[in-house]
Amino acid sequence: MQRILQNYFGRAWMVLVFLFLYLPLLFMVVFSFNSSRQDAVFTGFSWRWYEALGRDTKIVEGFWLSLQIALATGVLSAVLGTFAAFVLVRYQRFIGRTLFSGMVNAPLVMPEVVIGLSLLLLMVGIQNVFGWPERGLLTIVLGHTLLGMSYAMVVVQSRLLEVDRSVEEAAMDLGAKPVQVFFLVTLPNIAQAIVAAFLLSFTLSFDDVVISEFLSGPGVNTLPQVIFGYARRGINPTIYAAATILITIISTAVVVYSVWVARQSRRLAREAQLALAEAQG
Amino acid sequence: MAHDPAPAPFLQIQNIVKKFDDVYAVDDVSLDIQQGEIFALLGSSGCGKSTLLRMLAGFETPTAGHILLAGQDIVGLAPYERPINMMFQSYALFPHLTVWDNIAFGLKRDGMAKDAIEERVTQMLDLVQLRNYAKRKPHQLSGGQQQRVALARSLAKRPQLLLLDEPLGALDAKLRQRTQLELVDIIERVGVTCVMVTHDQEEAMTMATRIGVMSEGKILQIGKPAEIYETPNCRFVADFIGTVNMFEGTVEVDEADHVVIGSADCKHYVTHGITGTHGMQVQVAVRPEKISIQTQPVDDAEREFPAEIGYNQVQGVIAEIAYLGNLTTYHVRLQSGLLIKVTHTNAARRGSAVMTWGDTVYLWWWGSDVVVLTR
Repeated sequence: MQRILQNYFGRAWMVLVFLFLYLPLLFMVVFSFNSSRQDAVFTGFSWRWYEALGRDTKIVEGFWLSLQIALATGVLSAVLGTFAAFVLVRYQRFIGRTLFSGMVNAPLVMPEVVIGLSLLLLMVGIQNVFGWPERGLLTIVLGHTLLGMSYAMVVVQSRLLEVDRSVEEAAMDLGAKPVQVFFLVTLPNIAQAIVAAFLLSFTLSFDDVVISEFLSGPGVNTLPQVIFGYARRGINPTIYAAATILITIISTAVVVYSVWVARQSRRLAREAQLALAEAQG
Repeated sequence: MAHDPAPAPFLQIQNIVKKFDDVYAVDDVSLDIQQGEIFALLGSSGCGKSTLLRMLAGFETPTAGHILLAGQDIVGLAPYERPINMMFQSYALFPHLTVWDNIAFGLKRDGMAKDAIEERVTQMLDLVQLRNYAKRKPHQLSGGQQQRVALARSLAKRPQLLLLDEPLGALDAKLRQRTQLELVDIIERVGVTCVMVTHDQEEAMTMATRIGVMSEGKILQIGKPAEIYETPNCRFVADFIGTVNMFEGTVEVDEADHVVIGSADCKHYVTHGITGTHGMQVQVAVRPEKISIQTQPVDDAEREFPAEIGYNQVQGVIAEIAYLGNLTTYHVRLQSGLLIKVTHTNAARRGSAVMTWGDTVYLWWWGSDVVVLTR
């Protein structure tokens, strides 16, 4: 009995975890095709909620808004996060380093509600003095970037620590000035990490509810805000349809990316082995 | 050993000091390096040789001192402004560029014309025999091939000075011997002045025209490999290069043309004068291959050198034998307890070993084969 438990416990646990994570999602996907409004009973297969989705301007507008915000946030976060990572990794001693490091890492541990509220107060204050900005797309992007930049920095920093400094020294030795070294040598080597940072902050921004709620204006609603609104007013399977489409898009993207990365590393390993075999032969 | 070039002081290192906080990594080093020679900085880890090399390259700024390359002080120049190129220990090839682009990198930074770049890169590839590998990336090359790319890259800009940081450190033993001579061949063909840093004596002795032995930030001795080996100027250098036997002794006879030093096991007759005084404590250094070993007591008539009769011979017991095929090293315990190493070439094939553990043996050597060390 004990041996059976030992053999299968790992696998059984894995199955339980997957069920826990994906059963709710599965439920939602299945019921997006439900022909009636009811939640408890599956009355039949129907596309009606997808049709309703096409007609629902709020959801579609929310989706486009979220997309724009996420793209802007992703790019800004990746760029700013890379700068911050570079400074922290390359310059071990400068005045205010500890303070700077603390400030860049703070959003990672601060509650989003606190961040959102303080940003709101800041925006209101500035608006009172300068008459700008109106709360809307710009303010949401700023708020999301604040958070996204911290995550981006962590990702790029860990990659930057692995980069061989002698490669940069070699570039300088061969005549490249520091700016050229950065763009010609450092950047290509951390490119993958910067892309990962972009994707991370993009996802964070797209998914965000708390900061968006604080910093959005009247009539400006991101997709998560729209869905939240619907959910509060009562179950509407249209949001199931929206969610299912989102899940499909993201899952496909993740799978394609993973397959591509796996292929790259397999190709690299094969080429390295080939070179070794050639040299010995 | 490389051939001697015509002397002309090309690189002058003048009183270079490098301090990290309170530690002297390089302590008042001065050197003159001739054009076309291969100069090796030899020392163990932490002796300051790598720091000195990095100061030549421009990656460290000296705390004090001047470095004159063809008369111009380069201390204020950044690495990308110096006509000096370096080959790194880890090769530091650009992983995202092909072999061709790696070699062309420096030339492009200089703004060279496209066809001129093509000509030079092809020339470099031929020099290191990697013509067919131009399109490959570093991870597709073996260690030895990567090294050749690194060499080609560092020679592409025809630098006035080539720096090598532990050039053979990353290669396996078999490849190392072959590469030592190939490397010297290429460097001499190109005719570039070269400073290399290594902790491997064999590498330094094989490749360099002159060697500078370093320890704790200072240069202890500079000279040709034979000079360093046969006439070390201090105990550290004698001990660091190869193996050496040391006798502690006192000067008993101090003449202009010969010296006699008394030690616990024997009296040493040295066939040259030394700068020292009567009664001074000195060390007598004898290299293992200079000592003859035999099972019969020494017949002074054989030795013939009149003044040496009775001197420079000891009796001992074989404690250890290290048989290496071409050589045998005998570890002989003398009456005072001192352990002497004797290296004997196995010039003739013998059916069974003539000398074995526990045998009483007699050792002798010429007085001209001895070095007296005063520090």
